Amino acid sequence: MKVEMMTVAYIGATILFILSLGGLSNPETSRRGNLFGIIGMTIAVVATLMGPKITGVGNFVNIMIAMGIGATVGIIAAMRVQMTQMPELVALMHSLVGLAACLVGFANFIDPSPTTFTAAEKTIHEVEIYVGILIGAVTFSGSLIAFGKLSGKIGGSPLLLPARHFLNLLLLIGVILVGRWFLHAESISEGMLPLLIMTVISLLFGVHMVMAIGGADMPVVVSMLNSYSGWAASATGFMLSNDLLIVVGALVGSSGAILSYIMCRAMNRHFVSVIAGGFGTGTGKSPAKGDAAAPQGEVQPVSAAETAELLRNSESVIIVPGYGMAVAQAQHTVCEITKILRDKGIKVRFGIHPVAGRMPGHMNVLLAEARVPYDIVFEMDELNDDFPNTDVSMVIGANDIVNPAAQDDPDSPIAGMPVLEVWKAKTSIVMKRSMASGYAGVDNPLFYKENNKMLFGDAKKMLDEVLINLSK
Amino acid sequence: MKIGIPREVYPAENRVAASPDSVRLLIKLGFSVIVESGAGSESQFLDAHYQEAGAEIVPDAASVWGTADIIFKVRAPMVHPKTNKNEAELLRKGTTLVSFIWPAQNKELMDLLASKGVNVLAMDSVPRISRAQKLDALSSMANIAGYRAVVEAAHAFGRFFTGQVTAAGKVPPAKVFVIGAGVAGLAAIGAASGLGAIVRASDTRPEVKDQVKSMGAEFVQPQYEEEGTGVGGYAKVMSEAYQKAQLEMFAKQALDVDIIITTALIPGKPAPKLITKAMVESMKPGSVIVDLAAEQGGNCEFTVPGQKVVHNNVTIIGYTDLPSRLARQASNLYSTNLVRLTEELCKTKDGVININFDDEVIRGTTVIKEGEITWPPPPPRLSAAPAKPAQAAAPVPEAKKGGHGHGPGAPASALAVTVQGLVLAAIFGLVGYGAPTSFLNHFTVFVLACFIGYMVIWNVTPALHTPLMSVTNAISSIIVIGALIQISSPGFVITLLAGLAIALTAVNMFGGFWVTQRMLRMFQK
Repeated sequence: MKVEMMTVAYIGATILFILSLGGLSNPETSRRGNLFGIIGMTIAVVATLMGPKITGVGNFVNIMIAMGIGATVGIIAAMRVQMTQMPELVALMHSLVGLAACLVGFANFIDPSPTTFTAAEKTIHEVEIYVGILIGAVTFSGSLIAFGKLSGKIGGSPLLLPARHFLNLLLLIGVILVGRWFLHAESISEGMLPLLIMTVISLLFGVHMVMAIGGADMPVVVSMLNSYSGWAASATGFMLSNDLLIVVGALVGSSGAILSYIMCRAMNRHFVSVIAGGFGTGTGKSPAKGDAAAPQGEVQPVSAAETAELLRNSESVIIVPGYGMAVAQAQHTVCEITKILRDKGIKVRFGIHPVAGRMPGHMNVLLAEARVPYDIVFEMDELNDDFPNTDVSMVIGANDIVNPAAQDDPDSPIAGMPVLEVWKAKTSIVMKRSMASGYAGVDNPLFYKENNKMLFGDAKKMLDEVLINLSK
Repeated sequence: MKIGIPREVYPAENRVAASPDSVRLLIKLGFSVIVESGAGSESQFLDAHYQEAGAEIVPDAASVWGTADIIFKVRAPMVHPKTNKNEAELLRKGTTLVSFIWPAQNKELMDLLASKGVNVLAMDSVPRISRAQKLDALSSMANIAGYRAVVEAAHAFGRFFTGQVTAAGKVPPAKVFVIGAGVAGLAAIGAASGLGAIVRASDTRPEVKDQVKSMGAEFVQPQYEEEGTGVGGYAKVMSEAYQKAQLEMFAKQALDVDIIITTALIPGKPAPKLITKAMVESMKPGSVIVDLAAEQGGNCEFTVPGQKVVHNNVTIIGYTDLPSRLARQASNLYSTNLVRLTEELCKTKDGVININFDDEVIRGTTVIKEGEITWPPPPPRLSAAPAKPAQAAAPVPEAKKGGHGHGPGAPASALAVTVQGLVLAAIFGLVGYGAPTSFLNHFTVFVLACFIGYMVIWNVTPALHTPLMSVTNAISSIIVIGALIQISSPGFVITLLAGLAIALTAVNMFGGFWVTQRMLRMFQK
C-alpha cells in the first residue's frame, strides 16, 4: 500500500474515532458509536500492516503472536470483570497505555535507522522522545497505584509525606536538569543513562502523586490518568511524525481533562488542590472547630419493615445511590424494589451525583447492569428542585454527596460542594453501616434532621429485607 | 403521671385534645390517660374507642380536673356553663395545663392561673422555629382553617369553581384572591386551585412568592418596593406609602375576582383592614369574602366575627371556628401536636414530664411555671427564611461550560483571562519562532484535534461517563501504530520492545472495546 493510501485510511479512522465519541451523547446512539471506534481501529491497524514500514514475514508472525496474546488477555478480562470493578479495570488499562508509550519511546530512541533531520528537528525529536517517555512513565506508575487503591490492595487514605510539595518541585527540577544532559548527549549509548534516570524519576513522581490523593478524589484521578494516557499517545505521535496518533491522543487527552474538570466542579474543589492531594489539608481545618459545629439532635433508627411501609405509602420516591451500594453489590435488589414500587404506580427516580462512586458515571453503569431503565435515572441538577415534592428519598451508601453542611456551614471542608438535597423530601431514609463519617471526614447533619430516619446495616442485607416486606 | 382530657365547654367547640391514636402513643410514653365521657363525641371519637386505646373513661369534668396531673385542652379555660365555675378554679396546685391560652389577650385568666400555682404551656406560644414545627398547633389549625375557608366560600358561592364547557353553555372558572400566604393562605390556595379556580395571592413577604407559585397560584404584588419580613416568620407593619399601593392593588382585584380569602395577621395587633367598604361594594353580586382574621377584628370592614353577613349581595363570612367545623381532622392534628410536645417534655419516656427551660421550644411554650408568669419569653432567634437570600448567593455560581479544560467553576476575571491569553500568545510565538515547518504541521493538527475533542466531549451525557472512559481507553491503544511501525527496525531489542508494546496495547484495544460494548448493551429504557 502506498503512503498516500495509508494517509487517507488514517483520515478515515480519525473521523470514525470522532464519531465514536460523538455517539456517546445518547445511550441510543452509543452502541453505534462504539462500533465506529472498532471499525476505526481496524482500519488504522490494517492500513499500517499493509504499509511500507513493516517488512518481513517474521515480523508479521511476531505481530500476530503479540496481538493474539494481548487480545486473549483483554477479552477474558473484559468478560469476567464485575461492573463494580470497572474503575479498577479502567485504571489498569491506563497503566498499559502508559507502559506501551514508554516502550515505543525507548524503541524509537535506540532505532539506528538513518534519519534526515536538521539540527533543530533533531532537538525537537529528542524532546518529543523525552516528553513521551515522561508522560508514559507517570501514567504507568500513577495508574498502577490508582488500581491498587481502588481494589483495596493499597489503603485508600492519602499518604502525605512531609514537605511533599517541595519534593515534587525537586523531582521536576531533576527532570529538567537530566533533560539538558540528555539533549547534549552525543550518541545513543550516552543518552541512555539520562533517559533511564528520568524514567525512574517519572515513575516515582507518578507513585507519589497518586499516593497523596484520598479515596473520595478517585474519580478525578481516574479521569486525569485517562487524560494522561491520551497525551502520552499524542506525544508518541509527535515522536513518530504520525498525525493519526496526535489526533487520537488529543481527543482522548481532552476527554479526560474535561471529565476531571467536571468531577472537580462537582466537588467544588480546585483541580490543583485535588492533585496536590490530601483532603482538607490545604485549608487546615482544626478539629476543635469541627466539634463546635457538630450537629445536635437525635438519630432516629428505622427498621426494614417500617422502610417498606414508608415506601409503599408514598407517591414519589427518589433513590440516591453511592459507593456503598457498589460495595454491597446491592444494585439488583434496588432494581427489584424499584420494579415493585413502579408496579404499584409509585413514581421512582434515581438521583446521581457526578462524583458518586469511584469513577465518573460509575453509578449509571451499575444501575444499567441491574436493568434499571435509564430514563428514570437523573443527574443531580435535573432532580434537585423536585425533592420538596417527593415523599421519600432513600440514600443508599452515600454520605458526603447528601451532606447539608455543604450548603449551610461555610466552615465545613466540603462547603460549596453541590449536593443532592434529599432532606427536602418529606422523609429521608439513609441506609448506612454505621454512623461513621464519609471520605471527607465530615459529620453529616442530615442524620440528625427531624424528617430523617436511619436504616443501619449492610445495604444488601437491609434492602433484601425491605424487598421481602414489600412483596408481602 | 396521669393525663386528663376534659370535654370542651366553649359553645359549638367540636374539637378534643386527644384522639384514640394519640392516647395509644401517650400510654407508650409511660403516661396513664383519663377521658371525660363524651369528650370526643363531636369529633366522632366514641368512649369505646378511647377505652380500646387504653384510656379510662370518667363520668364528669370534676373527676378529670380533680385527679389528673396534666390537663390537655383545646380552648383556654373558661366558666363552665353547668357549674358556673371557671375551669381554672378546678386546677390543683402543681399540676400542668396544656391548651391554647392567648396570654396577650387574656390577662385576667393568666393571673387566675398563676394564683393557682400551676404550670401552663400555651400551644399558641410555641416558638416558630423549624425544630418546633411538629408541635406547632397554630400551623396545623391554620392549615385546616385555610381549607375550610374555601369550602365555606364554595358553599356560599352560587357557581362552579372550575370552568366548564357544557351542552348547556359555557361556565367561566371562579377567580379566587388570597391575601396573606401563610400556612392558612397556602392551604386555601391549594384547596381553591384543586377545585379548579383561577387563584391569585399576595403577601408582603416577597420570599413566599415561590411557595405561592408551587401551590398553583399567581403571585401579585403592589408596585412598590419594600421587604415585609418580620421576626419569626410573620409579616411586619408596612410603611404608609406601601399600604396605599397595596390597597390600590386590592381594589383592582376586588373588581375582578369572585372570592376573596383574607388571612392577614400581625402578631399582638388587631388585624389590618385591607378590604374597605368601597371595595366590597365594587364586587360582583354573588361574590364571597371569607375573613380568616375575624377573631382579631377582621381584614374586611364589614366582617362580623363569628357571623355570616350579606351586604349588597356580597357574602362576608367571619366564622372564627373554622377548625372546629372540621372537627375530626382538627382533633387528630392537634392531638398529634400534643403528643410531640409530650415527647419533648418527657425525653426519658417514663411518664414523668420535665419542664426544662434550657430547651428553647419548651421555654417559649411555657407561659406560667409553678405559679410564676414567664411570658413573654425571650425573643426567638431570627428564622432561617430571611437569611436565605444571602446564603443562596454564597455558593459558587454555576460554572460556564466554556473556559480552560481544568480549573475551578468560577468565571475567570478579565485580568486572569488577559494574562492567560498573553501566556498562550507567548507560547505560540515561541513555537512559531523556533520550530521547523514539519513540527508546525503536526502542531496545527494537535491544537485543532484538542478543540474537536473539547466540543465533542461536552456533548457526552454524564450517564455514559464510564463507557466514555473505557472507550477512550480502547482508542488510546492507537499507540499500537507506533509499535507496528518500529517492529521492522533492525535490532532484537527494538523488536522485543515493540512486540511487548503491541501485546500491551492489544489488551487495551480488545478489552476496552469489548467491555464498552458490554456496558452499553446494558443501557436500556
